[in-house]
Amino acid sequence: MSSEAHAHAEETLALREQFDTAEQQKDASTLGMWIFLITEIMFFGGMFAAYTIYRSAYPTVFAVASSSLNVTIGAINTCVLLLSSFTMVMAVRAGQMGKRNMIIIFLILTLIFGCIFLGVKAYEWNEKYVEHHMPGQAAFHLEGTPLQGPAKIFFSLYFAMTGLHALHMVVGVGILLTLIVQTRAKKFSAEYFTPIDISGLYWHFVDVIWIFLFPLLYLIDRHLPK
Amino acid sequence: MTEHIDSVKTYALVLIALLGLTVATTLVAFVDLGNFSVVVALAIAVTKMLLVALFFMHVRYSTRLTKLVIFGGLMWLAILLLLTLTDFLTRGWMGVPGK
Amino acid sequence: MTTAVLQERTHYLNNGYGLKSWLLTKDHKRIAVLYFITISIFFALGGVFASLIRLELVTPAGDLVSSETYNKLFTMHGVIMVFFFLIPSVPATMGNFFLPMMIGARDLAFPKINLLSWYLLIAGGGFAIFAMMAGGVDTGWTFYTPYSTTYSNTYVIATALGIFIAGFSSILTGLNFIVTVHRMRAPGMTWFKMPLFVWANYATGVIQVLGTPVIAVTLVLVFCERVFHIGIFDPALGGDPVLFQHLFWFYSHPAVYIMVLPAMGVISELVSTFSRKPIFGYPFVAFSSVAIAVIGFLVWGHHLFVSGQSLYAGLVFSFLSYFVAIPSAIKVFNWTATLYKGSISYATPMLYAFGFIGLFTIGGLTGLFVAALGIDVHVTDTYFVIAHFHYVMVGGTVMAYLGGVHYWWPKMTGRMYPEGWAKLSALFIFVGFNLTFFPQFILGYLGMPRRYHAYPPEFQVLHVASTAGATVLAVGYILPAIYLAWSLRYGPVAGSNPWGATGLEWATPSPPPTHNFDRIPVVTHEAYDYTAVPQEVEVV
Repeated sequence: MSSEAHAHAEETLALREQFDTAEQQKDASTLGMWIFLITEIMFFGGMFAAYTIYRSAYPTVFAVASSSLNVTIGAINTCVLLLSSFTMVMAVRAGQMGKRNMIIIFLILTLIFGCIFLGVKAYEWNEKYVEHHMPGQAAFHLEGTPLQGPAKIFFSLYFAMTGLHALHMVVGVGILLTLIVQTRAKKFSAEYFTPIDISGLYWHFVDVIWIFLFPLLYLIDRHLPK
Repeated sequence: MTEHIDSVKTYALVLIALLGLTVATTLVAFVDLGNFSVVVALAIAVTKMLLVALFFMHVRYSTRLTKLVIFGGLMWLAILLLLTLTDFLTRGWMGVPGK
Repeated sequence: MTTAVLQERTHYLNNGYGLKSWLLTKDHKRIAVLYFITISIFFALGGVFASLIRLELVTPAGDLVSSETYNKLFTMHGVIMVFFFLIPSVPATMGNFFLPMMIGARDLAFPKINLLSWYLLIAGGGFAIFAMMAGGVDTGWTFYTPYSTTYSNTYVIATALGIFIAGFSSILTGLNFIVTVHRMRAPGMTWFKMPLFVWANYATGVIQVLGTPVIAVTLVLVFCERVFHIGIFDPALGGDPVLFQHLFWFYSHPAVYIMVLPAMGVISELVSTFSRKPIFGYPFVAFSSVAIAVIGFLVWGHHLFVSGQSLYAGLVFSFLSYFVAIPSAIKVFNWTATLYKGSISYATPMLYAFGFIGLFTIGGLTGLFVAALGIDVHVTDTYFVIAHFHYVMVGGTVMAYLGGVHYWWPKMTGRMYPEGWAKLSALFIFVGFNLTFFPQFILGYLGMPRRYHAYPPEFQVLHVASTAGATVLAVGYILPAIYLAWSLRYGPVAGSNPWGATGLEWATPSPPPTHNFDRIPVVTHEAYDYTAVPQEVEVV
């Protein structure tokens, strides 16, 4: 490190009183975020368990229902989310190097990709509404299967899983906005950028959830004739 | 504390791999692989997860404790799924409805 | 130390007085006090519901309240006691207060999150109390579908939301404890020098973090079924209500260990202090906490033996359930072995510890009865089960909670409680508890089902005995509320270490200063090393 004294001043500035060293503080924050993420694994895990049970109970209905989803839009949206993960990790990298302008640029890019994802998601949900594929709708009907009950279960899972995923994205967007404001206020430096770092972990985690949701919801036995 | 700063090239390559795998998993879903299609889909998803975790989430450089935490989380997910399945997959064995 | 000196010194209680200094505090000790007040209120509330239940059951006819009201009473009793008293009980109060002190830290790793978790409990409790005021909820604390999703006309949504929010309070407490134990230990405080109370709370944190999210998402799904009419557990659509039970008990069985593990940690401290011996087989007791946390996640299906779960799954879960008995028994045997040739003193906390060991043993052993497939078919949903889990939760957790409160009272407040009254109330509680719940074992075995407000007259004698016991128990609970409040002002001033206990929390003055330690201690002694009892210079 080039200027020890400067670094030390920065450290003490951001060091909370219960910690002895900046390293201890960063370790604690990172560990805390990882533990939070495993609670998120279990949170989505409950729905994955329900998904597993019902897909094994009603494989053909799930295939028919899955084929009614728009796979092109789903795949494009997956790519948008992966791009947002890339820009997020670039923001963290800018944080590591202490380049504030780069942090802001990449955070804004991440924000834009995140919002595109949410916009597309909203479009898809609206499509489902128009097609009477919402389980709450009285006119619910899915073509191609006599088993309308299990079809409703598929779409219940679809809306619950993508809905809670989207909710996490909305929280992520809020976090990004906060980070942008904080970066503009010169809160971060190469010595202290922990909030960007652990927010990045959160954002990537939400991405990983989608990486599983996409094949599980959109890609069940697409080869079957509709 | 030594920070590991990966090169832009590394991240870009990971991104390309992720996008490629997305295309691959979409296309392979239209191929009839029987029961293997779900295995392939999950294998690709797990690969993507590993790429994101190891590179974007810096698990490569993480402490052993962090790795243990992640492993523990996945183990518990497996407990939830597998022990629940012990019920649902053995329901039919008795030949008595509901058992 | 005189009263004047006590008031002059700045400690966590007189470091700021206004309401704001409490409601915005980041001091783990003040947050512990906030929790203590909150859950005491919830305990009283749950106790009122319990009293009404017992009063109704004095006569065979359902004459005091209607069956609908009775359903709401036992539901609210369960919800309040489980989610708003037992889950936070030991960790949020004594854990919050003493875990950082025991490992030589100035505070928990995330003080703001700690305060947030208290507000979440308040918010969750607010929803639950709103549901009660508005007309109550009648699904039982278990919210079984499809009754909870489709048929019940009561305030399921508000209650589920309340539990959901309170769940996050619990998650954040656990997260904070885990990070604190990993990252905040004082120099020299290795894992095997930590007091067993810390081990127990650490293991509890693991359960809170891994289990609670699952009930959170389950309640979200129940919420969505009621509000948005999706159907995941709806049998009319081909859904499976048993799936709900799997997800519910994946959390709610380990939740039993969230309740009892920290209590076991308290007992380890008490048994060691009052027999002035290190805990026999320390590493076994430490690891048994972790073992209970892990194995506790593998046994939930024993709640589903008669729910339509496959028999093969029943076999697996029954078999696995027996394994929890091993680490639990290790603890009981090691506490007993610690007593052997110890210099035992019979102060109030130790009386509670004795109570715990005996009652928990009964609760644990009857747990083996109900984990056996064949016996469970006979006693499922009877008072046998009620008695079993009250022996664990009341005879275990509440006993340890009260023992811990008495043990650490001088440290928390700087005052001693009146020993005579305390012993009397401990006696009341022990006698009252057994009189209340032992007859319920017999009732259950004879076939009295749970959750009924009327019953055949043959059961009346036992029910009256149980209600009589509950009255004694109530007196036992009211007494401490009075004399502990009294002691805040009139109790004799306690020194820094009135019990001659080991542990870093006793190396600080009573009450402790805001940052616990003027200088972070360097730990050189093993846990429970009575040759090195921290002695502050005391002038009495």
